[in-house]
Amino acid sequence: MTTIGVTRTTLLKDLRMEWRSKDAINSMLFFALLVVVIFSFAFNPTAEESRRIAGGLIWVAFLFAAVVALNQTWARELRNQVLDAYRVSPAPPNALFLAKAIGNFFFVVVLEALMAPLFVVFYDLRSVGPVWQLIVVALLGTWALVVNGTFFAALSIRTRSREIMLPLILFPISIPALLAMVDATTSILTGEASPDFWIKMLAVYDVVFTAVCLLLFESVLNAE
Amino acid sequence: MKNLFIAFVVFTLALLAFSTYQALFVAPTEQTMGEVQRIFYYHVPSAWTAGVCFFVNFLASVAYLWKRNLASDGVAAASAEVGVTFCTIVLITGPIWARPVWGIWWTWDARLTTTLVLWLIYVSYLVLRRFSAGGQTQVLAAALAIFGFVDVPIVYMSIRWFRTQHPSPVMGGGENSGLDPAMLHAFFWNLAAFTCVGIVLMVVRYRLQMLEEKVEATHAAAALQGGSR
Repeated sequence: MTTIGVTRTTLLKDLRMEWRSKDAINSMLFFALLVVVIFSFAFNPTAEESRRIAGGLIWVAFLFAAVVALNQTWARELRNQVLDAYRVSPAPPNALFLAKAIGNFFFVVVLEALMAPLFVVFYDLRSVGPVWQLIVVALLGTWALVVNGTFFAALSIRTRSREIMLPLILFPISIPALLAMVDATTSILTGEASPDFWIKMLAVYDVVFTAVCLLLFESVLNAE
Repeated sequence: MKNLFIAFVVFTLALLAFSTYQALFVAPTEQTMGEVQRIFYYHVPSAWTAGVCFFVNFLASVAYLWKRNLASDGVAAASAEVGVTFCTIVLITGPIWARPVWGIWWTWDARLTTTLVLWLIYVSYLVLRRFSAGGQTQVLAAALAIFGFVDVPIVYMSIRWFRTQHPSPVMGGGENSGLDPAMLHAFFWNLAAFTCVGIVLMVVRYRLQMLEEKVEATHAAAALQGGSR
């Protein structure tokens, strides 16, 4: 089987399982909703303030919510030794990784699309800059979180206390991506600065870390 | 080999004593900052040593993924721990100097923030090493080390841009511009001494790591033979 074929099959299987159970998306949605409500109590912002801090709020909420889904990525493959079966099969490891990463990307993008109206309502947001740029930032930023997150979930699944391990290793590495997402979003919402540098920065981050992930995934999958 | 190492330790101690004397007594007192500037002789060499350690850690991690030998992993583990130690010294001595000179303990300037993120990344590396089980530790740690090393220039770039958009820190922080020759002298002695201390610590830690591996392997062999005591 080719890489594309395996990727598509695995991806469709994951999407179908998620469509039937809705485990990841439900827990992410509820978690993100809680974060939105708690932040609103914690900072109690006015409309003008919220435009300034919204970039941070939105991305911190999505980052925390994404961790919930990422932690479940590999857990279901451990049951019935699916991962071991995958390792002995001739299927290319990177196909599995890509399928998982794309699947998570899809889940988190759906989450963002569902949560965006809620942010607008709760924080009275109106974008001063062009909205299409927000979509570009969201797509690039989500991939930045998800590609490393999927990889680190594969790392942390092999450790003790795996649920807590993922954020511990994902957050430090993601700091530049988070900085870029937050600053780009704030620039667009307030319309005070150009987000161009941050968008390029996110694109570079995505390319570099996608390459590193694909390079190292086989070693991690076969780690004994 | 062991005698050579002991000789090196003695040499390092002598060098450290001499460089401390240089830094505290020989180097002239800085005009505006006063005595607190002397912390510079410890702060910058520690940063340098931490940088060397993290670079060694990266090379050893690549070597491990390539050759799969325990020695490379031992070097990686040792260098990461020693690097985090020196990086901690940098993060502690920095604010001690900044408080009287800048008037603040900390500022989110590019260099400070990058050092802090670097420290966070390698602490997470040590946590991963501690929490992963058995024979998988080496591969997982090596993979994370490569991620961390690739991340550092990106962190620096992004934070520099982040800060150039906003007001610059209280003072430019150009501490290195035009150093007095006597100061430079003391500085290089300390740089040499700290590098040697770093090497000594890494060697000791490496040996400890190898011993731990040996103990674990012996236990595993004993358990396999059913000869548990």
